[in-house]
Amino acid sequence: MPRSGRAAAAILSCLMFVVFVAIWHMATLPTAGVQTADDEYAKLLGSNAAKGQKSAFPSPKDVALKMWEHAKDPFFVRGTNDQGIGIQLAYSVGRVLFGFGLAVLVAIPVGFLIGMSPLFYRAFDPFIQVLKPISPLAWMPLALFTIKDSATSSIFVIFICSLWPMLINTAFGVSAVRREWLNVARTLEVSPLRKAFQVVLPAAAPTIMTGMRISVGIAWLVIVAAEMLVGGTGIGYFVWNEWNNLSISNILCAILLIGLVGMLLDQILAWLTQAVSYPE
Amino acid sequence: MSNEFLKVEGLSKTFAAARGGAALTVFENVNFTINKGEFVCIIGHSGCGKSTILNVLAGLDDASGGVVIMDEREVAGPSLDRGVVFQGHALMPWLTAKKNVAFAVKSRWPHADRAKVDEICQRYIDLVGLTGSENRRPAELSGGMKQRVGIARAFAIEPKMLLLDEPFGALDALTRGVIQDELLKICAATHQTVFMITHDVDEAILLADKIMLMSNGPGAHIAEIVVNTLPRNRSRHTIHKDPQYYPIRNHLVDFLVSRSKNFTEQPPADYDPKHPPLVTPGLADAGLAIPESLLNSQTPPLARVINH
Repeated sequence: MPRSGRAAAAILSCLMFVVFVAIWHMATLPTAGVQTADDEYAKLLGSNAAKGQKSAFPSPKDVALKMWEHAKDPFFVRGTNDQGIGIQLAYSVGRVLFGFGLAVLVAIPVGFLIGMSPLFYRAFDPFIQVLKPISPLAWMPLALFTIKDSATSSIFVIFICSLWPMLINTAFGVSAVRREWLNVARTLEVSPLRKAFQVVLPAAAPTIMTGMRISVGIAWLVIVAAEMLVGGTGIGYFVWNEWNNLSISNILCAILLIGLVGMLLDQILAWLTQAVSYPE
Repeated sequence: MSNEFLKVEGLSKTFAAARGGAALTVFENVNFTINKGEFVCIIGHSGCGKSTILNVLAGLDDASGGVVIMDEREVAGPSLDRGVVFQGHALMPWLTAKKNVAFAVKSRWPHADRAKVDEICQRYIDLVGLTGSENRRPAELSGGMKQRVGIARAFAIEPKMLLLDEPFGALDALTRGVIQDELLKICAATHQTVFMITHDVDEAILLADKIMLMSNGPGAHIAEIVVNTLPRNRSRHTIHKDPQYYPIRNHLVDFLVSRSKNFTEQPPADYDPKHPPLVTPGLADAGLAIPESLLNSQTPPLARVINH
């Protein structure tokens, strides 16, 4: 896109954001209600409830202030249920990276094997087809029962959900390596190991990286739900905890941060994909 | 002791019958020999199995019957002894031109140190006229340049024989001419034995010492072998002025246009697929087989080859 087009898109994005915030602001303006409770009771209820308002949805300003509060001190620890949002995010990111890393270690070698050998492809296929559509959270009780540790169980769930896209993409990428490149390797009597690392791997790398990008996206979606289930730490647990506290501002902050971190993870993988892809 | 370097005997390729259909024999009883240092082209219509023959020679494909013997050993599987230039260049797009060549060089000499590999690569990059473009990736090279890298890669392993699968088919006429000249120069300098597929009659006359004509498939044969009696130092600029040029060219075109079709069904009475007739349309009228003794005394290319 030409430079001017990009600038126009950025302006339009800003405009949409402003309109969105404006509508949000208007919708959450305090309405002047009539006090229905008597004075003593009104003090106990707080001003909003006393005026007969429903639970107040926070205004953009409330959320911005809350966000600023979190940004000032993201890493405090004041007990198990009161930790900074940065710490909670770090727990979640750590679990995702650990589970995802384990999945990489399994999916890429196995995907290579499946992609290289039609025999293994057919042998593995029914298992992959059945296991792939299972919601990763369905594994949670089984993980809790066998592993007996909630933190490890959520890592296992991340592992299992990151596995399939990487496995399938690696197998596909490896099996789709252009025949002529393999023929070049054959006529040059290249050893199988050298062929795997210097022909098949670079040829399939963009497809493999795309699988990793899909996996990390799914892992980030799943971690929030997994942490809501197992509790303890993490951004998912934070959201659930703030729901129990009925702090909608905090939930909105967390939602925004989940989105930003997810985007960051995706961008890193997109950048890595770019680095290994080649124009033909 | 003959100077036959490559010997193909009774080669055939049959594809198993599809459900309800008959088995398809692409070519059968293909026999020919190539001498050391000889440049042989094979011409025929699509579907006659030229590429399959080349792949069998390369060891990339298996024949249904017959043997290929190179340098007194049977060809079974691919080997560094035979360099292949593929139809679609087959360069690895994630490697630069030089690294593509280096991939081959390292395969040939796994224990060569970096400086040695670099030196060999540079030599062949220079040979095909790509000096200055060695660090560009295939996507940044033109079609002709990519094909040159492919040729450099095949030459760099110093194979005993070079197999070219219609290497210039995708190039424009001007680029093709330039690379043909270069190939001719390199082959003359290295005395390379070459087997090449082409669709281009003029290319065959320019490059080849012998031109094998294949009849149409299925059931294709090598119908005859045309000896290129033009002197070996031929050049693109003067070749068409040689009085032998048009008789040879007409003979080839005539075969491709009219004779190749009927040859498979109605071969001439004296046709023996084990010994396809050698013809020299440049010396005599088309279709006249020349006795071996005459051949040796009158054909510079073969005589020159024997002297090597």
